[in-house]
Amino acid sequence: MAQMTMIQAITHALDLELARDERVLVFGEDVGKNGGVFRATEGLQQKYGPNRVFDTPLAESGIIGLANGLAIQGFRPVPEIQFFGFVFEAFDQIAGQLARTRYRTGGRYTAPVTIRSPFGGGVHTPEMHADSLEGLFVQTPGIKVVIPSTPYDAKGLLLSAIRDPDPVIFLEHMKLYRSFRQEVPEDDYTIPLGVANVVREGKHVTVIAYGAMVHVALKAAEQWSKEKGLEAEVIDLRTVNPIDIDTIVASIKKTNRAIVVQEAQRSAGAAAEIIAQINENAIYYLEAPVLRATPPDTVYPFGMIEDEWLPTPEYVLATLDKVMSL
Amino acid sequence: MLSQVVARFEIPYVQVLDENGNVVNPDLVPGLSDDDLRELMKRMVFTRIWDQRAIRLSRQGRLGFYAPVSGQEASMIGSEFATKKEDFLLPGYRDIPQLYFHGYPLHQLFLYSRGHQLGGKVPEGVHCMVPQIIIGAQIVQAAGVGLAFKLRGEKRVAVTYTGDGGTSQGDFYEGMNFAGAMNLPVVFFVQNNQYAISVPRELQTRAQTLAQKAIAAGIPGVQVDGMDVLAVYHVMHEAVERARNGEGPTMIEAVTFRYGPHTMSGDDPTRYRTKDVQEEWEKKDPLIRFRKFLEEKGLWSEAEEQADIEEAKEIVNNALKEADAAEKMTIPGLIDTMFEELTPTLKRQRAEFAGEEAN
Ligand SMILES: Cc1ncc(C[n+]2csc(CCOP(=O)(O)OP(=O)(O)O)c2C)c(N)n1
Ligand SMILES: [Mg+2]
Repeated sequence: MAQMTMIQAITHALDLELARDERVLVFGEDVGKNGGVFRATEGLQQKYGPNRVFDTPLAESGIIGLANGLAIQGFRPVPEIQFFGFVFEAFDQIAGQLARTRYRTGGRYTAPVTIRSPFGGGVHTPEMHADSLEGLFVQTPGIKVVIPSTPYDAKGLLLSAIRDPDPVIFLEHMKLYRSFRQEVPEDDYTIPLGVANVVREGKHVTVIAYGAMVHVALKAAEQWSKEKGLEAEVIDLRTVNPIDIDTIVASIKKTNRAIVVQEAQRSAGAAAEIIAQINENAIYYLEAPVLRATPPDTVYPFGMIEDEWLPTPEYVLATLDKVMSL
Repeated sequence: MLSQVVARFEIPYVQVLDENGNVVNPDLVPGLSDDDLRELMKRMVFTRIWDQRAIRLSRQGRLGFYAPVSGQEASMIGSEFATKKEDFLLPGYRDIPQLYFHGYPLHQLFLYSRGHQLGGKVPEGVHCMVPQIIIGAQIVQAAGVGLAFKLRGEKRVAVTYTGDGGTSQGDFYEGMNFAGAMNLPVVFFVQNNQYAISVPRELQTRAQTLAQKAIAAGIPGVQVDGMDVLAVYHVMHEAVERARNGEGPTMIEAVTFRYGPHTMSGDDPTRYRTKDVQEEWEKKDPLIRFRKFLEEKGLWSEAEEQADIEEAKEIVNNALKEADAAEKMTIPGLIDTMFEELTPTLKRQRAEFAGEEAN
């Protein structure tokens, strides 16, 4: 066991998988010699050589297209999009190509590609670096979307993602990269995709969150307990496509109330889909409408107002109070 | 104040047969056997017959999406003929003849046209991707296939096709640039048939040739008479063998013309080109030219070609019957091809759409 940050856990997972499966290739902009702009691939090129871990020309569509071609030839590519805001450059190669490979060819070709990419607010990046764009891929059939919230989960989920026979987008919240350490076993373990984790038990309200918002929700839950003596049950979704509705429903049966905390803008994203599925599966257990604690439907904000725009524990607390009062 | 020239580039243009089938470039006549030469003609005849038949079927509503190919036979047949069976094709929607001669069953190509999933299920042992609809998307994927061959040390080549319109896409440059930077075994084959639907070649780019776009990616670019099957075969053979020998990618611009509409979905070519232009190109016809060349060599007869035509018709008819017999698709069947193992959400939806549950 070792204490690791999330970025270390990610590097460690890539290292394990490069060693275990020679079909795994890691590539992207600056991932080779430089070890990635966040050092996620630190030391991997030296260890596995430039045929396994390499720099590509600067073109996102080209990077994912390369991965698609390698995948239909039996490799397991793990390309990196340097920041997820650049995904628009590769949108066709992901949603139009990768996610359809199996369907388009009736199962003859598959695309076991894991796209890794940093995203997430609160670190004052320039425009198009921090946006939470996972919702676009919640609506994309044929691809899974994973967002870990801890170093331990990051390793287990990344290993599952790379071993998954279908394409996976693996989103790494920049604020969580080095914000805390956790015990991460050195050996091989996986966490299944599509299975949520109840990270705090409680009986009054179910709080559904993922990524950095899990920590915001937990902070709010602790404070709520201290101030009001009310207990929120916090679910870390871990995978936003598909959504683990069973875990959510089981919790709502107990709490009868729910809120979703989401870093992405309000409309038509993962939160909306979660609420739609709650509506289909648990509406008779609800005593109040499901509320959303999210930023408004603006473009991701300029750095100087970012911290005000992102959901805070106070905002989550207010939403908890509101859902209790309904 | 130009002080020195740091780089200079040339774009060769290759022609072997002129419009009358005379050899204008004896040095470049490929060393093909008489049987191979006859085979090239037979395949071009097949392609013309297939096209006429497909257009008729399409008008009768018996085909789905179809992009006519007449006029482009030399580009299509000559280029594919220079590949080996284990080379991997990444085609566009018009490149049905190359797929057929690369081993793709014809009835599946009919099914592709009709919109049946089986149409895209490339059989084992046939080395290609399904025709691409998104202009340029296959070009970056070709670099990935080429990299796979290189990493495994296989002497195979990825061949991707696009049109004159496709060369304006970013993916076209990205694909060539990746292949160049990584020295990959890829051939980028552009069929410049003068139009992207209605938009003429001059409006795509100010570049004098499309072939010169290769220069920016640091790879060789060649322009070839795309109505001359021997010239196409010659440049393609060189490109494919260069790639196979680890000497890197090539881009080929075949200058050609489509006689028919863009697709059978309502395109009217008289809206964007004149009869004169069409007639000028018909004078360059690839079949007429090659027929004259073969006749001169005693390798062609009316009777032989008639037999080829009859054979082609029969192959097409049989394929059509087989396509008609394909099993119907089902919604649960479609759901089954979304993931290797269905997600819980999809399992529920599968049950719902299979009528196994109310909700
Ligand atoms: C990304 C994308 N944009 C637009 C289209 C619509 N479209 C289909 S074919 C075509 C023209 C393509 O022309 P060209 O590349 O010259 O190929 P050709 O059809 O002449 O063989 C267009 C605009 C498309 N299929 N994909
Ligand atoms: Mg064209």
